[in-house]
Amino acid sequence: MSIISLSVTDLCLAASLIGLLALLSLRMKLKLAGQILIAGLRTSVQLTLIGLVLKILFEEVRPLWLLAMGVVMLLVAGREVMRRQQRPFTGWWGFGVGTVSMCISSFSITILALVVIIGVDPWYSPQYAIPLLGMMLGNTMTGVALGLDRLTETSWQQRHVIEARLILGQDWSQAIGDIRRQSVRSGLIPIINAMTVAGLVSLPGMMTGQILAGNPPQEAVKYQILIMFLIAGGTGLGTISAIWMGSSRLFDSRQRLRLDRLGTQTR
Amino acid sequence: MNAHAPYNDHLKAHRLAVIDLNCRHLRQIRLTADASECLAISGPSGTGKTLLLRAICDLEPHDGQMFLDGVDSSCIEPPVWRRSVGMLPAENFWWNERVGDHLNTVPDDWLNRLGFNRDVLDWSASRLSSGERQRLALIRLMENHPKVLLLDEPTANLDSTNRDRVEGMIRDYIAACGAAALWVSHDADQINRLSSRRFELKDGSLLEV
Repeated sequence: MSIISLSVTDLCLAASLIGLLALLSLRMKLKLAGQILIAGLRTSVQLTLIGLVLKILFEEVRPLWLLAMGVVMLLVAGREVMRRQQRPFTGWWGFGVGTVSMCISSFSITILALVVIIGVDPWYSPQYAIPLLGMMLGNTMTGVALGLDRLTETSWQQRHVIEARLILGQDWSQAIGDIRRQSVRSGLIPIINAMTVAGLVSLPGMMTGQILAGNPPQEAVKYQILIMFLIAGGTGLGTISAIWMGSSRLFDSRQRLRLDRLGTQTR
Repeated sequence: MNAHAPYNDHLKAHRLAVIDLNCRHLRQIRLTADASECLAISGPSGTGKTLLLRAICDLEPHDGQMFLDGVDSSCIEPPVWRRSVGMLPAENFWWNERVGDHLNTVPDDWLNRLGFNRDVLDWSASRLSSGERQRLALIRLMENHPKVLLLDEPTANLDSTNRDRVEGMIRDYIAACGAAALWVSHDADQINRLSSRRFELKDGSLLEV
């Protein structure tokens, strides 16, 4: 059984939904029409381009191209994490904290899955490596962005409490301990929720795709369980390392709270 | 050594020396506070009195040197330094549910002297009045047995009865422990009552008056 190919007309019909939504938003004065159209346009252009890139990557297996692709994906995710912060770190740290922590978690777990769990040969086969890395980065990004935003925002709001604890002789790690735990928790809640309702409320995208492509549901399910666990592991690792790096950056060598290292973002 | 003894320390004379401290607009601050001495610091608001205390507590980046009993602050771990130079900010924050969650083993004597009894430990910290917060913060601070006290208008929110209680408690602590104190105050009578020397902070400089 092979998948039914979609024609340009099919996609145009679907695109009319976006047009309808934009019209509605105009009528209701939601001020979202422009954003909806641009987002829809970006989806079409970006996915078309990635389709072409993947076609080239799949035809010829070249580890260096694959690496380049992975790095681009990572950098874009890093920029997105920074963009989602209300008070990002100033200088390179703003980009670095998220990017480094996603790099550590997503790359290591993707490689672990490719080499140890799935056992692809060669392990850098793009058909497996790129989609896996993409799913890892996409989800880790959400956790890291939520966690860091919570960390910096709460630290700013509770700066007096943090300093009160420092004054009484707590070290920096104790003084920010409660905030750090809250931040990790808020980064992890989305993936925990997703695991909780998986299959009951939502049929995850990857599994749906496999089923549509004609694979037996049992196989699709096994892959989906694997993916969920990898994502949970990657998000957890990424969020914890981002919060750890971020919280230590909030203090200097004399354990002073340095909120001047946070900037502001106007959106 | 008994943890419940209100004023215990092996060394009974402490000395703080600040040499050429620069912090933002504060310039070349020099002062020494000897054991059992209380220095009053006054000056127009916004002049940096709180900033000076924060710099000595090492909460603000600064240059210059500070010595406690002859030891350079840069040789002391920040948490140890901050416990030794106990700072009482003008506003005091409580992060746990109960007052008692912020305290270890407070002697009844301390609570009674400031007009409380042991029930206060079960009070909800978020419901304290500003005066209660200020008095309890003094107790919370003294649990660390600081060698120096950095007091930022410690009686600002208090009625005269409680003001006298707090002044008495601090005076006794300084005398018994040989602690040195910097006391920021606007109240001329209070300065006359308590201080051995007086300083004025003006345009970023500290002058003895």
